[in-house]
Amino acid sequence: MDYEPVIGLEIHVQIKTRTKMFTAAPYAYGAAPNTLTDAVVLGLPGTLPVLNHTAIEKCAQLGLMLQCEIAEVCKWDRKNYFYPDSPKNYQLTQNEQPLCIGGKVEIELPGPSRNVEGEHRWVTLNRIHLEEDPGKLTHESFETVIDFNRAGVPLAEIVTEPDLYSSTEAVSFLNALRQLIVYAGISDCDMEKGQMRCDANVSLRPKGTDTLGTRTEMKNLNSISNVRAAIEYEIRRQTEILEDGGSILQETRRWDAAKSESFSLRSKEEAHDYRYFPDPDLMPVLFPRERVTELGAELPERPLDRQRRYQKDFELPYTLTSVLCPERELCEFFEAALLEHSAPKAIANYIANDLLRELAEASEHGQSALSISQCPLTPAHIASLVRVIDEGVISKQIGKEVFSEMFRTGNMPEVIIEEKGLKQSNDSGEIEALCQAAIAGNAKAVAQYKEGNAKALNALKGPVMKATKGKANPAMLDQVLRKLIDEG
Amino acid sequence: MTEKPHIDIDYVANLARIDLSGEEKAKLGTQLNDILGYFEKLNAVDVEGVEPMAHAHQIDNVWRTDDEPGPTYGPEVLTEMSPESRDNQVVVPKVVE
Repeated sequence: MDYEPVIGLEIHVQIKTRTKMFTAAPYAYGAAPNTLTDAVVLGLPGTLPVLNHTAIEKCAQLGLMLQCEIAEVCKWDRKNYFYPDSPKNYQLTQNEQPLCIGGKVEIELPGPSRNVEGEHRWVTLNRIHLEEDPGKLTHESFETVIDFNRAGVPLAEIVTEPDLYSSTEAVSFLNALRQLIVYAGISDCDMEKGQMRCDANVSLRPKGTDTLGTRTEMKNLNSISNVRAAIEYEIRRQTEILEDGGSILQETRRWDAAKSESFSLRSKEEAHDYRYFPDPDLMPVLFPRERVTELGAELPERPLDRQRRYQKDFELPYTLTSVLCPERELCEFFEAALLEHSAPKAIANYIANDLLRELAEASEHGQSALSISQCPLTPAHIASLVRVIDEGVISKQIGKEVFSEMFRTGNMPEVIIEEKGLKQSNDSGEIEALCQAAIAGNAKAVAQYKEGNAKALNALKGPVMKATKGKANPAMLDQVLRKLIDEG
Repeated sequence: MTEKPHIDIDYVANLARIDLSGEEKAKLGTQLNDILGYFEKLNAVDVEGVEPMAHAHQIDNVWRTDDEPGPTYGPEVLTEMSPESRDNQVVVPKVVE
């Protein structure tokens, strides 16, 4: 029998605020252990939690980015469990009435090759709720050590419906989700820093049926490649069990990235019984509709909407939009340049190719590429460069040289062209004389050209470009050569 | 509603991670069942037309709006309270295999 996997994801995202969800203790990744706590974080007797309004508004914005309905009323529950990552033996979360309801995310599946746009589809969400991050446990050989710095950090849990059908779709979903969240400035989603973490629920069903099989939950997926590998491993594992006539045990499994396998978490907790009940210390949140509208108006255009707009309005090819659109800063740089000189394709090309290459090369060896915010160039630099090329002041070829110089010095192209004397030569007398010399010096190329090999002309252009240090106007050069040969 | 409330004292004690003697189980079991009995009384009240409330007080939107970091504890506040610690982290028995 052929089986089809059905996957649902739960993604935890740390919301970028200065202070924690229920107290003013700050959070920063990488701080010395247990230096970012206070009485509320440690759950000391007599303390009371107070909501972080910024976190609530940012979570509502996350919901709007993901096309959720924002609840008019939401409230807080205690999830009771004993585990050393929680100092109070319960987690404050939203069980019954979450802040964001439903939602959907547009994803792009990989195309037949990197340069070809893939199929798009929508993935349905169930909800997003706000909760507090637990502390961080480190399991050593014989002991577990606890750092409560992370405890209490605002955490949004995004829950999808079982609406993903392969590891590839799950990866596409996570990439789309990360782009949306980073775009809106809600989180940096750095999985290495634990800002985004993923649990995957996987089940199999006979192909063509729409029942759901028994699922297992995979925890500890802290990179996109782990998500892919863990889901593929679980599909193989379940397929083997079912093909042998066995049945799947509903359980939580832990992914071990080093061994590339998952193992069952021996669970003495029986069926989880978290005994949720409304938290008596926190009051409900009423979300006024006009505030939802205001928060929505602050949000940027979604990356795939922007991509469609660029393709339609500017006729940019996918090879350019797929580089620009995933990064909001690149798009804003591009749009700012467009305001100065309306040549979308050439500007997009300079940003997607030359600028990103220079940024990558400018970074320290082994470091990641510089970001656009560290770029020595402004949108005006790129716009001016494209303008002087369009106006015939310099050739495209010289443009490359000016670009590198611009990146190195931060000077505007006009200054560089002036200083280095790079202005294109439109002196038809000089070009004609050089062309005649080139024709006289390469009878073979002339003969080939006359036989219909248009490319042979390049052999004649070379010496002229060399003599003018690349400054001969290419269009004029081409025209003069053809005229001289045809007339000769 | 006619069914008499019953609490599984062994299950509840296990969830709360407490060991109870037979005598304690009998005593606490009865007390907890009595408490559940009060809820039965509440259930009997006619609440037709009354809006459900999330809290006994009708207050909402109590929050901090400034997101300004406040004071923090040094690690010793925590480690002095814990039975065992090392390098400013709390040490507990290993919780996964």
